[in-house]
Amino acid sequence: MNLGTRKILDRSFTAVGFGSIAVMGIALLIVLVPIITNGVGSVFFTGTLEHRKMLFNEFGRGNTEELAKENASSEVYRKQIYGMLSAFEAELETMESEKKQDYLSKYGPVKTALQTLIGPLPGEPEAILTRYKYGQTRWGKAEEKLHEFLYETKWDFSNPDAMSKEYFVSRATEFEGTSLVKLFPFVEEHLEDVLRPEFTVYWGFLTDSSVDSHIFGGIWPEIQGTFFLAVGAMLFAFPLGVIAAVYFTEYAREGFFNSILRSANSTLAGVPSIVFGLFGLAFFINTLKVSESKSVLAGSLTLAIMILPTIIRAAEEAILSVPKTYKEASLSLGSTKWNTIMTVILPAALPGIITGGVISLGRAAGETAPIIFTAAVSVGSAIGLADVFSSPTPALSWNIYNLASEHEAAAEIRHVQYGMVLSLVSIVLLLNLSAILLRARISKKLKG
Amino acid sequence: MHMTADAREVSKTASGATATRDIYLPSERKIISGGGTPHVVAKDFSIYYGEFEAVKKVNADILSKYVTAIIGPSGCGKSTYLRAINRMNDLIPSCHTTGALLFDGEDIYGKFTDEVLLRKKIGMVFQKPNPFPKSIFDNIAYGPRLHGINDRKQLSEIVERSLRKAALWDEVSDRLDKNALGLSGGQQQRLCVARTLAVEPEILLLDEPTSALDPKATAKIEDLIQELRGSYTIMIVTHNMQQASRVSDYTMFFYEGVLVEYAPTAQLFTNPKDRMTEDYITGRFS
Repeated sequence: MNLGTRKILDRSFTAVGFGSIAVMGIALLIVLVPIITNGVGSVFFTGTLEHRKMLFNEFGRGNTEELAKENASSEVYRKQIYGMLSAFEAELETMESEKKQDYLSKYGPVKTALQTLIGPLPGEPEAILTRYKYGQTRWGKAEEKLHEFLYETKWDFSNPDAMSKEYFVSRATEFEGTSLVKLFPFVEEHLEDVLRPEFTVYWGFLTDSSVDSHIFGGIWPEIQGTFFLAVGAMLFAFPLGVIAAVYFTEYAREGFFNSILRSANSTLAGVPSIVFGLFGLAFFINTLKVSESKSVLAGSLTLAIMILPTIIRAAEEAILSVPKTYKEASLSLGSTKWNTIMTVILPAALPGIITGGVISLGRAAGETAPIIFTAAVSVGSAIGLADVFSSPTPALSWNIYNLASEHEAAAEIRHVQYGMVLSLVSIVLLLNLSAILLRARISKKLKG
Repeated sequence: MHMTADAREVSKTASGATATRDIYLPSERKIISGGGTPHVVAKDFSIYYGEFEAVKKVNADILSKYVTAIIGPSGCGKSTYLRAINRMNDLIPSCHTTGALLFDGEDIYGKFTDEVLLRKKIGMVFQKPNPFPKSIFDNIAYGPRLHGINDRKQLSEIVERSLRKAALWDEVSDRLDKNALGLSGGQQQRLCVARTLAVEPEILLLDEPTSALDPKATAKIEDLIQELRGSYTIMIVTHNMQQASRVSDYTMFFYEGVLVEYAPTAQLFTNPKDRMTEDYITGRFS
């Protein structure tokens, strides 16, 4: 090959390498930017008076006096709104029945939309679900709801060949000639006075339990559940994995049995995680009956089985990378094999073993499939440490899926979904970061 | 009694061997027998890697408290022979032996021999300095701790004594708690010697201890061997014939697994009995 071709080949190789890394970076950016911006919004946002009322009533947090003052100032405008409503209701009574029916059918949705916006109206029966006890707690959401209040959404089906088109009709025009027509510009103008938006930092999102299945409140039960499951899995898998790795590297003799064991380990690493989930259900819950039904214990055991091959592999690599000379030195000083492993080989292999362990911990924290059947519930409160043997727990990975696809009000709680995703990503990132730091520290200590 | 039986047997081999090359005993054997005793005795001792016979029927006495050098071209089995003495070859699964190798009259490869105890008595220093990634103190104290000494004061004494013996004390006494991997190559190697001395072995096996060191560090190790001569039985494998002639009392020459010649160093280098030895030490092959 001549020099020119060689250079071109080298350059194109570099270019392809750079290209693939760039593509990866862009993909990461596209995924991470919305996660971070929206996720941060679950803690930092413009909250309304309804949010502060909710915090006070559900969590007992907030200043009573200040809240009363704010309520009073909001009440001034509310009174006017309520007044307009009752004036219109009185006007309805005077109408002839056909016209009244017509207006009543239009008035119902207006009331519902208003109720969603600013909270329960006087005279209505008290709501059973917490979500109906408050208006919009987030200003961004309130603005959306204001639009829904002002305009009715309609669909244009006139052209059968095209997709139907969405268009908006002002509700005010529908009440032309009645007293209600004043309500719409009034609400539009004074919504800020009613809801009193204010910049809010809600750390409780990370430390509170959820209220009414994540409509309000935080995600602490999920964070705690994820922590329990991942740490539990580690408690089982780490010691077992390291012992197995020591066996493979130091004690096992090359042979048929050993090679079967090794390939079994490799195969196990490639099994889809949903299979582990089913296995966990069939083996730990149905056969061994470690718990009555789903439990943190069963989930941890299932996750442990799933990450075991990775831990074994990482520990094996780490042990094999310890210079053989250490072992020779130790043995030549009259050390037993056991002593050599414990005092020389394992300490020297520790950085690699720990790295493998923490990466597996991150994987255990993020896996969904293995815990669907064995540990996860979609809604629940935080469980105590003593309950891990019998109680299931909510967990971030499963609830991200659940809230995004199966929640009855999925579109209302996007901020919670993003918040959960950001929390999970941060937890895994922190774990990996701590692994890197720990590894660097131990390596530095070993190198002197 | 033991001595004479031994001598007869070896000399028998020396005169009658046809399968292997002639084996020569140190000529001053009789004179030595007054002060020196055989410490390690090989009788028809062979070492195999699987089918391959790496060391072939060696018969030789290593004399107590003398320095014996082992020379020979690469792959001649000299390291294999050395490592057989403290059973480091056990680490290679395919390795096995025939014949007998006796240490103080006891079979090193005997059924009931405890190789851990054996290695405590027969220390080894390796080609590349291999201190543990621990502090200097912990490196030296590693052996004594293994054998049950945990008293800090006692350990300190051992560490100081060992480092002094290895002529390293003055250089490291103020940084015993520093990582041993921070030392220079020559210092590391002397540390390894000190670490071996700390468990009070009877025999010191040196497997090309200076091949990874610069000339200055090499000179220090050689000085150290001179210091230790007379206190320990020392065996040193080396590629460097000048080194062998400088430090050793006796020299063994191996070629293709056979112990070709074994004689007092001065005699082997000035008046070799075997053509092969002569060719090797004059540099006709290597």
